[in-house]
Amino acid sequence: MKSAAPAGIEMAKLEFIDEYRDGGACRRMAAAIRGLVTRPWTLMEICGGQTHSIMKYSLESMLPECVRLVHGPGCPVCVTPVGLIDAAIELSGLPGVTLCSFGDMLRVPGSGCDLLAARAAGADVRIVYSPFDAIDMAQESRDSQVVFFAIGFETTAPVTAAAVLRSASSSLANFSLLVSHLLVPPAVEAVLSMPSCRVQGLLAPGHVCTVTGYEDYEPIAARHGVPTVVTGFEPLDILQGIYMCLRQLEEGRCSVENQYSRSVRRQGNPAARKLIGEAYGVVDSEWRGLGTIPDSGLELVGTLSRFDARSRFGVRPGAPGESTRCLAGRILTGEMEPDQCPEFGDGCTPAHPLGAPMVSSEGACAAYSRYGRGRSARHE
Amino acid sequence: MSELACPIPIRDDLPPRVTLAQGGGGTAMHALIGEILSTLGVEGVAEMHDGAVLDVPASRVAFTTDSYVVNPLFFPGGDIGSLAVYGTVNDLAMCGAEPAWLSMGLVLEEGLPMEDLRKVLASMARASRETGVRVVTGDTKVVESGKADGIFVNTAGIGMVREGVRIAPSRIRPGDRIVLSGDIGRHGMAILAARGGLRLRSALESDLAPLWRAVSLVLGCGAEVHCLRDLTRGGLASALNELSTVSGLGFRVEEESIPVSSEVRGLCELLGLDPMHVACEGRFVAFVSGADAGEALKALGDCPEGCGATVIGVVGDHSEPGVVLSSPLGTERFMEMLSGEQLPRIC
Repeated sequence: MKSAAPAGIEMAKLEFIDEYRDGGACRRMAAAIRGLVTRPWTLMEICGGQTHSIMKYSLESMLPECVRLVHGPGCPVCVTPVGLIDAAIELSGLPGVTLCSFGDMLRVPGSGCDLLAARAAGADVRIVYSPFDAIDMAQESRDSQVVFFAIGFETTAPVTAAAVLRSASSSLANFSLLVSHLLVPPAVEAVLSMPSCRVQGLLAPGHVCTVTGYEDYEPIAARHGVPTVVTGFEPLDILQGIYMCLRQLEEGRCSVENQYSRSVRRQGNPAARKLIGEAYGVVDSEWRGLGTIPDSGLELVGTLSRFDARSRFGVRPGAPGESTRCLAGRILTGEMEPDQCPEFGDGCTPAHPLGAPMVSSEGACAAYSRYGRGRSARHE
Repeated sequence: MSELACPIPIRDDLPPRVTLAQGGGGTAMHALIGEILSTLGVEGVAEMHDGAVLDVPASRVAFTTDSYVVNPLFFPGGDIGSLAVYGTVNDLAMCGAEPAWLSMGLVLEEGLPMEDLRKVLASMARASRETGVRVVTGDTKVVESGKADGIFVNTAGIGMVREGVRIAPSRIRPGDRIVLSGDIGRHGMAILAARGGLRLRSALESDLAPLWRAVSLVLGCGAEVHCLRDLTRGGLASALNELSTVSGLGFRVEEESIPVSSEVRGLCELLGLDPMHVACEGRFVAFVSGADAGEALKALGDCPEGCGATVIGVVGDHSEPGVVLSSPLGTERFMEMLSGEQLPRIC
């Protein structure tokens, strides 16, 4: 986009974005990929943010036909279990309870309705951008109970950990968390272990690895023989990540490399990891569309468990009651492309989603729906 | 009769906040309406008749209405008063009509500070003077506290369409150039930044502006103008998709040619929004016959509302409806309309 700077407005500097969206640099990287590839390969980008960039910039149309991308389970909204959404809806309807959530979560259907419908029916549901906004809300209205729906991967967990630690140190009695934090490496392990999995190389999620580092991916890559590249989110990042991954495949190597070195260190962010460790313990967790995965979720531990909204209000997540028409699991494992789903575009649209991958702006189905019509002819 | 009057003195000044009594039809209401009329400078209507009787000089008029419910009432670059005048004036301008008359309906919430009402009315008066439009009829209601958000405004407008001017989506032709009048997204992002919840400090101001001057320059420059559309809710993406559907023609737009200020880009990046979906209140697209695009750009350059104008795309020859966006990478995708609200991303 052209930059316009109307007179009289002091512009905030936006740097280090255009360099990674530069058309010439991206085309040169795509040419390098074409020069490298000698046979068909299937790669999976794990993170929903990467899926979105791939769709937004039609990056698949720049790749050789024999390189296929499948879209992994890395959208936290998409994989939040139905039972927890139902629990959030139930909590929001309790008298005196204010339920706070990130915006995307409001449109995800539970087994009955979504949080938007609950709000329309009178529940107190609010969109916040940070759990600290919810803490402010709790401090301002001591008569109400403020519950923050803590969803997300290792990226958002340090922030909710910091929020609950602050609540504990300030003895904030009317704040709690409905925790649905999930850990990416166990899910990657689970997907790669499925017999139907066709993935030969991985683009690991740059933001998650900024927090966790990438040591956890090294045994996974070795065990499954899947070369892995920690990759960013701008088009040039993704093309370079694909190039690095394909180069390993073509050369018969298998290791974890770091494309996103401007943000990611091998050990990650020690301060953020420490916060997660102080607040949370690792538990088995359900993933929407994937089922229960061992050691893949977080739960408040020790004295902090008094901030767990489930025990505070006696709410238990129900059994999964997903629409059988939604094939989220097959989409998230890369077994099927979103537009191969019989419901795609007719029975299931961003306005009327059957399942989570169509809801979130990072969901694979929503990304296909929003940008997919413009994909290259080879997909049409 | 004077000896029967209530001993409590009648206040002839207005209370500091709007009261339900001021919507009740009695003296309090008349005092309020008197204040509204004098602030708006519409003494001509002070005969308090049920409607305005107008002499219409043109054979074709445009007629439009819009309601305004913006929160906050005052935002960087404007307020609900100027918005309610410019918004309707702009809808008339998009019909190729010179704005002439407005009606104004006010729904006031009990408890609204009178000072806020005065500021909004003064702003409406300024905006109508600036655009040469006259408020000729109106209505005021007061509702209980909690039943409205300060002030809701409805304005309807009538404008005169000059001889020979034919502006309609059905007149869009293959080969037309799509001219965008300036950078996009500043209204929506200024409102979002002003809402407080995000705790963003931003120098961003709304692009709110009256568009008739820019439109009259384009219409008067000799260029063959087929269609005009302002970019309000849903932004550029909605405007282009709607026009593509109605005209039955496909559009091709160059992403790099769309001007976006770095502040809007920065805020959108931060919140995971797409500037193409963000509302403007002082921007429009003009569909101009291919040969006349240069002429139209030159004409627009003569006024502040159009000096950032640029050609962003072209109407396809025998294409299906849809807006194809060419990226700087050399790839293409469809520019989709926003579905539901634009929600921020979470990681």
